[in-house]
Amino acid sequence: MTAVVETPVINPVEPFLRMDRMPHIWCPGCGIGTTVNCFARALIESKADPEKLAVVSGIGCTGRVAGYLHVDSFHTTHGRAIPFATGLKLANPSLQVVVYSGDGDLFAIGGNHLIHAARRNIDLKVICVNNFIYAMTGGQTAPTTPEPATTTTAPYGSYEPAFNLPYLTESAGATYVARWTTYHVRQLTRSIVEMLQKKGFCLIEVLSPCPTLYQRRNRLGDALETMKYYKERSKTRHGAPTSEVGLTMQGDIVVGKFVDRDRPDYLESMRRRLAEQLGDKFAGVGVLA
Amino acid sequence: MAKGFVCIQVERCKGCGFCVEFCPTRVLALSSAFNSKGYHPPHVVNGEKCSGCDLCGIYCPDFAIFGWKARASEGAAHAG
Ligand SMILES: Cc1ncc(C[n+]2csc(CCOP(=O)(O)OP(=O)(O)O)c2C)c(N)n1
Ligand code: SF4
Ligand code: SF4
Ligand code: SF4
Repeated sequence: MTAVVETPVINPVEPFLRMDRMPHIWCPGCGIGTTVNCFARALIESKADPEKLAVVSGIGCTGRVAGYLHVDSFHTTHGRAIPFATGLKLANPSLQVVVYSGDGDLFAIGGNHLIHAARRNIDLKVICVNNFIYAMTGGQTAPTTPEPATTTTAPYGSYEPAFNLPYLTESAGATYVARWTTYHVRQLTRSIVEMLQKKGFCLIEVLSPCPTLYQRRNRLGDALETMKYYKERSKTRHGAPTSEVGLTMQGDIVVGKFVDRDRPDYLESMRRRLAEQLGDKFAGVGVLA
Repeated sequence: MAKGFVCIQVERCKGCGFCVEFCPTRVLALSSAFNSKGYHPPHVVNGEKCSGCDLCGIYCPDFAIFGWKARASEGAAHAG
């Protein structure tokens, strides 16, 4: 039998990457690239219109994602991904705006923007890569660093309580909140597809290895060790109360979809209010709408 | 006859081992050879077991590997 083996010309992620910028800067075993694979496959699965998509990142190792994606993307200043994204969304409401950034960028310097975007229910789809540390700047303590992990700014171990990101984001008003790890590639991909279909403020937290700083400094082995830890200690509990999903250092990890609810998003509330008050004088919102 | 195929771009690999560990049918192993950056890339040790599921592709942080399913017209085991 003569078989013609049709090799697909390229890796399915490649159409979504700026290949001229490869190889990327991420370390061996860094989980950020794995999340990008899931994002690309979610875009394929959801048949998202690339012309209607914008990806916004802040600064950090994760912040580099915007610069590597071959879609309209915006590499903004540290902590300000959400304000830039909010501007994009309000000026052009027909855009699907994804924010892709690190835990430090989104919850430390950018934390106030995040809670207010969630409160206002701005239609933003946030992917937060949580590696428990400020990686790009050398491994300082982040609001997500679990006690008693060692960091460059906590040489004797951190003694600060860490934020529980799903709890915080739900409390602030998000309509969709999920958590996965870089081990859960299929679930993460599905979750991104689902999030892209939602309206309102959505967040997926993705736990991801930073072997160079977090794992090495805490003698937790290499990235593969961390992936095995994610596999062994993750428990899927869809709908788990977010108050119960806080993380501890190397403890059990509750993963799943925790929040999926509907409430009017910012633009809908604005339109309704202004139409009520202004009647015929209301000209619509969004410069490019 | 393999149900799927896997393509490895060895020069992109940084040797993390994710693809080897999480391939459901243990198609891959890290090679003892080095690529030009000094990493050990995976190679195919059980090509006929490849289902083309592309899990290796989804895991690979360096976009260095991917799998795809054979079409009915494809027969010969081809992996690597
Ligand atoms: C205004 C400002 N303050 C501080 C910095 C330094 N800085 C750059 S990235 C970063 C933290 C990155 O951590 P995270 O967002 O968790 O991303 P990661 O690198 O871990 O992916 C900091 C503090 C900066 N670039 N700008
Ligand atoms: S320092 Fe950590 S987060 Fe940054 S690229 Fe390296 S492994 Fe990834
Ligand atoms: S495509 Fe699937 S079965 Fe084939 S090597 Fe990759 S992970 Fe293994
Ligand atoms: S997952 Fe990618 S980088 Fe890691 S060993 Fe396999 S091919 Fe190399």
